[in-house]
Amino acid sequence: MQPAVEFRKISKAFGAVQANADVSFTINQGAIHGVIGENGAGKSTLMSILYGYYRADSGQLLIDGQERSIRTSHEAIALGIGMVHQHFMLVENMTVLDNVMLGSEGGFKLAAHRKDVEAKLREICTRYRLDVDPLATVHDLSVGAQQRVEILKQIYRSANILILDEPTAVLTAQETASLFEILRLFKEQGKTIILITHKLGEIMDITDQVTVMRAGRVVGAVATAATSKEQLANMMVGRPIQSELPRAPFKPGAPVLDVQGLNLVDAQGVKLLDNVGFTLRAGEIVAIAGVSGNGQSELMEILAGMRLPTSGRVDFLGQALPFAGRAHADGLPATFRQLGIGHVPEDRLRDGVIKDFSVMQNTVFGYENRVKNRWGLFDFDAIAKRCSHLLDAFDVRPQNPDLRIGLLSGGNQQKVVIAREVSAQPKLMLVGQPTRGVDIGTIEAIHTQLLRLRDEGVAILLVSVELEEVRALADRIVVMSGGRITGELNIEEFDTTRIGLLMGGMHKS
Amino acid sequence: MEDFHIASILVSTIRNAPVLMFAAMAGLFAERSGVVDIGLEGKILASAFTSAAVAYSTQNVWYGIGAGIAVSVALALLQGYVSITQKGNQLVCGIAINIAMSGLTFVLAQYFFQQGGRTPDLGQARLFDVVLPGTAFVSNIPGLGWFYGHLLGGHSILVYLAFALVPLVHWVVYHTRFGLRLRACGENPHAADAAGVSVEATRYTAMLIAGVLCSFSGAYLAIVQSGFFLRDMSAGAGYLALTALVFGNWRPVYTVLGCLMFGFFGALQIQMEGVDLPVVGRIPGSLIHMIPYVVTVIVLAGLMAKSVAPKAIGKPFVKSR
Amino acid sequence: MKKTELPRWATAFVLPVLNLVSALLVAALAIHLLGESPTESLAILVNSAIINPEGLSYTLFYASTFIFTGLAVSIAMKGGLFNIGAEGQMYVGGLGLTVALLTLDHTLPAWLLIPAAMLGSALFGAAWAFLPGYLQARRGSHVVVTTIMFNFIAADLMNFVIVKYLIPEGQQNPASRVFSDAAALPQLNTWFPVLGDTPLNISFLIAIAALVIYGVMVWRSSWGYQLRATGLNQHAAHYAGVSISRMVIVTMLVSGALAGLAAVNSVMGSTHYLSLNFPAGAGFVGIAIALMGRQHPVGIFLSAVLFGALIQGGFDLSLEKPNIPQETFIFIQGLIILFCGAMENFYGPTVLKLLNLGRKG
Repeated sequence: MQPAVEFRKISKAFGAVQANADVSFTINQGAIHGVIGENGAGKSTLMSILYGYYRADSGQLLIDGQERSIRTSHEAIALGIGMVHQHFMLVENMTVLDNVMLGSEGGFKLAAHRKDVEAKLREICTRYRLDVDPLATVHDLSVGAQQRVEILKQIYRSANILILDEPTAVLTAQETASLFEILRLFKEQGKTIILITHKLGEIMDITDQVTVMRAGRVVGAVATAATSKEQLANMMVGRPIQSELPRAPFKPGAPVLDVQGLNLVDAQGVKLLDNVGFTLRAGEIVAIAGVSGNGQSELMEILAGMRLPTSGRVDFLGQALPFAGRAHADGLPATFRQLGIGHVPEDRLRDGVIKDFSVMQNTVFGYENRVKNRWGLFDFDAIAKRCSHLLDAFDVRPQNPDLRIGLLSGGNQQKVVIAREVSAQPKLMLVGQPTRGVDIGTIEAIHTQLLRLRDEGVAILLVSVELEEVRALADRIVVMSGGRITGELNIEEFDTTRIGLLMGGMHKS
Repeated sequence: MEDFHIASILVSTIRNAPVLMFAAMAGLFAERSGVVDIGLEGKILASAFTSAAVAYSTQNVWYGIGAGIAVSVALALLQGYVSITQKGNQLVCGIAINIAMSGLTFVLAQYFFQQGGRTPDLGQARLFDVVLPGTAFVSNIPGLGWFYGHLLGGHSILVYLAFALVPLVHWVVYHTRFGLRLRACGENPHAADAAGVSVEATRYTAMLIAGVLCSFSGAYLAIVQSGFFLRDMSAGAGYLALTALVFGNWRPVYTVLGCLMFGFFGALQIQMEGVDLPVVGRIPGSLIHMIPYVVTVIVLAGLMAKSVAPKAIGKPFVKSR
Repeated sequence: MKKTELPRWATAFVLPVLNLVSALLVAALAIHLLGESPTESLAILVNSAIINPEGLSYTLFYASTFIFTGLAVSIAMKGGLFNIGAEGQMYVGGLGLTVALLTLDHTLPAWLLIPAAMLGSALFGAAWAFLPGYLQARRGSHVVVTTIMFNFIAADLMNFVIVKYLIPEGQQNPASRVFSDAAALPQLNTWFPVLGDTPLNISFLIAIAALVIYGVMVWRSSWGYQLRATGLNQHAAHYAGVSISRMVIVTMLVSGALAGLAAVNSVMGSTHYLSLNFPAGAGFVGIAIALMGRQHPVGIFLSAVLFGALIQGGFDLSLEKPNIPQETFIFIQGLIILFCGAMENFYGPTVLKLLNLGRKG
């Protein structure tokens, strides 16, 4: 039997960056094949070539043993290739039915085919236990259900090769288990599945074969049964990872942050935060663990002054934060900064930097009032001096203060953001997904930096979806699900299963 | 208050609305696909001039309308090229076209007709009015005679076209394959792209349709309402049409209600000219003339909070991986 | 190494020049189709607007107004706002200076009167921009459509005010009375007789001062930094603590004030009375200038002079060539906005390819 997909010496460059270099491996029919690698390894680019978004610069692509040139996603679909993207490709204000019909409407008039499509969808849902109502509006569905809609779309289009790009990033443990059940059903039906992920546990759980990529190349292709997590991690990174970073003994100081009964209700009446309360002390790292979308982002925005709570109170160093009497959070982050709260935002490019400004201009961002001369204008010398000091201390590469920050890698941009916030000497640091989109070497550096801050007595509130990161950094862990705190534990009590259950909404009884 | 004729206000409303209706529906297609169409004004002017000029020169209204369509489509495709292929700023493009056409139409009118930047009167070479069957029969019945003969019937053919377009546009947008793809491109072009739909082709098609529809607005202004082209005769109709879209939440039927509302205020303004109102007396013409624009601001201020534009509007589509 | 991005000198100079040339080429084609020779027209234009000293004086006189409207649109653009309302703001600014002058022009000496009038025009211009700014900040109403509406409203409102309140007894002309001599802006031909009998006045110098202040404020002050941040990324500006609604409103106020100041040159430097439709499109020229000059003080200055030349040269050209009326320059303005604004990166890929010729990948 021919392999479902074969890559032969695929190469692709974007300007100066070689995203794929001489990539060659095969994916067998009816297998669940994992492609693993850290951010920037080239996995997404490769799959984009397979799905027709990009054309490879050189090399061949064979589908079912036949060489193909896939120029558009339309052609990929015609060849039986379907892709479930990390960011869902759904039109939110349309029904599931309309979303599935988009691109495969079957004719000019929609009404003629709607009934048939609806019937077929219901049949597929039953066969694969997808549990989705074709007439529901996407906007009303949960994240897990939306992902199932994506899968439904691909099955409807008779996909034989299903690509899933980081599917479990937004799922709870239980939803992940359901997804894997569905994938096993597909495998039984003879379909081929390509799973792109950076989670080693999942690879070991469900795949038959693994291809490891690093810096655009294939560095390993093994049968899952013949390898281990440690081996895969080593191949992914190319060197042994330091498992434990040094930290001072846990000696928390006075309470810095006291959150009491925080509630947030959005414009549609959905309760995003429900009676959230906890304390944070100086010299302590509290990590908020949870699948993204369960209120952590909103909690962080409120504590940073970017958003107002509906009710509740937050005391910072004994004083209530000035939420009361305001109609909106316009300008509030400046006040919070003055009080001594630093913030490394979750969405770096949207909130944390201005990508068209230079590195130097970004080091001043949020702190403009502190670098003025006596006429109220910027003291460029002082700014430049401070900037080069920061770039040096935080090992930002390239160390060019005039470079547009958008040209730096994700890891280096993050270093600039952290350098900027740290240099203001805050008493509380809010840190959201600090290592998202960051290469492994920088992850270590950032973790070391955060631990150093903690040892110096700064209180740190960390929000992270990566349990490994939570485990590496936290003194205490608060788990959130559905806008509520479902459990609190000390780091010694860390247990993946227990945390998984809490993340999934099972309250600690 | 006896000078107020509700009847003629209603008839005028029906006759004022088509200029806005054609433009608003043109804008609806463009904006639903994700392209902001600030350039409606320029297309209206260009097609008004072209249709009047060609209609006069050939003494044939249909050639005039055809020429107007061609010009408006050309401008719409230019907008499409700048917005879709060049991924340029759509607002600036629209404003550029409006200003350029304001100047060019005058210059060309002057060049061809030497009448101070206007085209000569079309006189008889205009469009026919539709007289509904049986109008003479009911004309003696009070109320019904007027209603049937003057409100429902007796308007130019283009008026009926404008109203007939409404259900057609509704059907195309919500019940056809093209409409589904159109809406997807305006809400989430990445989703459309992933589904194999060509976002570029859909948006260009939408601009083409917009060009055709908008040309009728200009033709109506020049051929039906006045009989000639005059400098800057659109007087903000393109922007009022955009406001109607906001008012109608980008849905055909509600948008047309907005157009009728503006048509009503336009008609009211003419009626109030020279009329003594209780307490305030006679209101100067310029203050009455402002009313539609003030209403627009009020609509924009009041409704924007609830009005939801197509999500991807104004953002050039760049495949991002 | 092949470049992946254009260097700054290319985007700041090469592209704008190419864009401008493209606009002018299309204009030349239009002139040719109108039956005139583009080169001859260009010669007449250059001679009238630049070479002839009196013509140059007129060019700079028009440029003085355009610098202000160009600044008005530029500063709003830096904040991410597209202020189409400079025309209406300038018009209402004219009312502001008229109010000041009609009340004070027989009591105050020139050195107090002129600043009072300037203050009036700035305040009224700012006031006219306030509501669109407020609506954008608090209600999300798009500033483009609201400012366009306010242009129309201004036209009607000013019509009403002039006709009802300002026309002196017995006059027919829709204009206010003539202001006293104290209100006349000192003309530059008192120091440079070569300029001849032309209205070029100190507002040209004030305009240059305004350019300098703009440059310092936008690039060297923290407010300017916050302005640019807001224009580039509102989310990040909010994160940094900028009050977005305050920034939007203040930006529109400043923009309106600058547009209002444009009225000073037009009214007090030229006619010496407030007349109907005196802005004559200067607000829209401001948009072209802001785009062509890329909101940079030097760019604004050069673009303003270019447009001044087009107006002055265009006027003489329309006298000699009736097929090229002044409205042709409105068309050219639209072309410039198209090429320098909407198509600003049209030549980018070609220039990049040329720069990379011969470089190794």
